[in-house]
Amino acid sequence: MAKLTGDTESGVLTLRVARYNPEQDEAARPQEWKVKILPGMTVLDALFAIKEEQDGSLAFRCSCRMGVCGSCGMFINGKPRLACNTQVSELGSVVEVAPLPNHDAIKDLVPDLSLTFSRHRAVLPYLMRRDTAEMESPTREYHQTPEELARYVQFTYCLKCSLCLAACPTAATKEQFLGPQALGQVYRYVADSRDEGLAERAGVVDASHGVFGCHLAGACSEACPKGVDPALAIQLLKRSLFSGPPHRSAAQVVPAFPEGHQTPEAAVRPKAPPPSV
Amino acid sequence: MATQVKVPTQEAVPPRLSMRLGLRGWVYAGRYPAERYLYILHRLSGLGLILYLPLHVWVTGRRLQGPEVWQQTMAVLSRPVFVAGEMLILAAFVFHAFNGFRLLFGHLGCALGKPAHPVYPYPVALHRQRSMTVALMVLASAFLAFGVWNLLTK
Repeated sequence: MAKLTGDTESGVLTLRVARYNPEQDEAARPQEWKVKILPGMTVLDALFAIKEEQDGSLAFRCSCRMGVCGSCGMFINGKPRLACNTQVSELGSVVEVAPLPNHDAIKDLVPDLSLTFSRHRAVLPYLMRRDTAEMESPTREYHQTPEELARYVQFTYCLKCSLCLAACPTAATKEQFLGPQALGQVYRYVADSRDEGLAERAGVVDASHGVFGCHLAGACSEACPKGVDPALAIQLLKRSLFSGPPHRSAAQVVPAFPEGHQTPEAAVRPKAPPPSV
Repeated sequence: MATQVKVPTQEAVPPRLSMRLGLRGWVYAGRYPAERYLYILHRLSGLGLILYLPLHVWVTGRRLQGPEVWQQTMAVLSRPVFVAGEMLILAAFVFHAFNGFRLLFGHLGCALGKPAHPVYPYPVALHRQRSMTVALMVLASAFLAFGVWNLLTK
């Protein structure tokens, strides 16, 4: 192995990137660049510095640059992280970057997330109700208390960045495993008091490649950049498969406002004068 | 004149590089915390116990072949290498059993806390089990120490 080089004190960072060009390469090949460290520099900033000043052919995916879109997931110094959310100052003088593990690499650091998205779709990630007529053309609102919201709101922060799948040891060996992202989102809907779709979703996840493929290594929750904690969601989902969802009955529809209610704006707003002819 | 229908051709998808980690993915825990290492130990100890089971059945089956064969077998098993192996099996069993309790609690969603609005620094539910994990590992060590002492003094 080559000697690690680079020095944060001298303000220079060595970036070692696993590169892959589908037209030339059969395996990933490492390439090194040196980048001048700037205050507040993230790994994504360093990659942009390389792309703009040293090698325009370097491919990576990003969008928001502030940890919201989940596009720039990479394997940085042995852990899946968002490149835009990771300061180079916390990584040392040499940073090793590779595409997300347990995914296919399209080119350089661009992972193929289509499997993650298709698995997400496979677990029916939407509210399911028995009153389909009300669902299709709603007349009123579904009632939900703040306590009921707290049961699942943590899991709604999922970016679908697939870092959890890259960290999961089960996904490393079991290709059919649905993975922490999709399974966590199942519980997000199962725990929603407006939902009645546990039985339908159980048909998808009650299997060895589903919820029981999780052996509680906890790596997914460590890798999650938004504190979604998929490991917690999956264990609570297992419990729900045995004992039902955390809410006893589905949320009822309620009128948005009581009969005869007038919004404050409507009450205060002066009436327009009658049109003068 | 008949119009020619242009049939769309599917473009060849360029080859992808599989980054699936395989066995390395569950054997290497890297920078993850204790629970990830316990996961590896649990699998390895489970594998060891499963592999030991046929050997154990074969050894106890020797009893059916008479007292002489049994005495011979026992003489072989009292060699230091087998005693050391027995200690390893005991360690695997004790660890697997006590860590199994922790996992059982976890799989049932117990001792993990409740979901809440994520506020940075984000808590990880599995860390809430830490005190239980430490207590179970201390108990496992006590059982192992007793077992080893018993093996050495019998």
